Amino acid sequence: MPKMNLSHFEAAMLFALFTSVVLGVVTKRTDRDRLHYGIYTFVCFFAALFGLGWLMYLGHG
Amino acid sequence: MATEKEQKQPLPPVSVWAPALALSWLVPGGGHLLLKRTGRGLLLMAAITAMFVCGLMMRGAMFHPESGDLLTTLINTGGFIGDLASGILYLLSQWLGYAQPDMAGAVHDYGTKFLVTAGLLNILAMVDTFDIAAGRKD
Repeated sequence: MPKMNLSHFEAAMLFALFTSVVLGVVTKRTDRDRLHYGIYTFVCFFAALFGLGWLMYLGHG
Repeated sequence: MATEKEQKQPLPPVSVWAPALALSWLVPGGGHLLLKRTGRGLLLMAAITAMFVCGLMMRGAMFHPESGDLLTTLINTGGFIGDLASGILYLLSQWLGYAQPDMAGAVHDYGTKFLVTAGLLNILAMVDTFDIAAGRKD
């Protein structure tokens, strides 16, 4: 099996994508709500990724 | 009120939901496919399988139950349950001899987390399958 070398950002994006798909599918009751929730979850992951990234950068000095 | 209503719903017979639940564990998304939720089943299958395969390609480590102090036991047993929850993906990787040691490095670490999370997401899919099979959800 080939080895995959990803940066932190790429790995976190992949993680956010797969997790958002599953959370969107299993959580809501209509397809429209599922799509909205999946996108909302992905955006939340994205915001947390950048927010925590900057927090660590600034906190590190 | 909602809690009272939920409590009044009787649990359907095991034969109604057990096959779908078992298939859902063994094949991610399989329970949804069995219950004729094809689109959702395929999405779950694709997402969970892709996550597990990415974890393997990043050379993530599998957890094994280990005893010791409380934290070690908790992490390793919990991780093992997470890995095991991937069903056939975990079983196949073990049968085919995947035995990556736990190594230092961000990519390996991400891989380990991908493998465990794939199993945890499959548990969510199993809960959804149960809800559908029990008639609690469309």
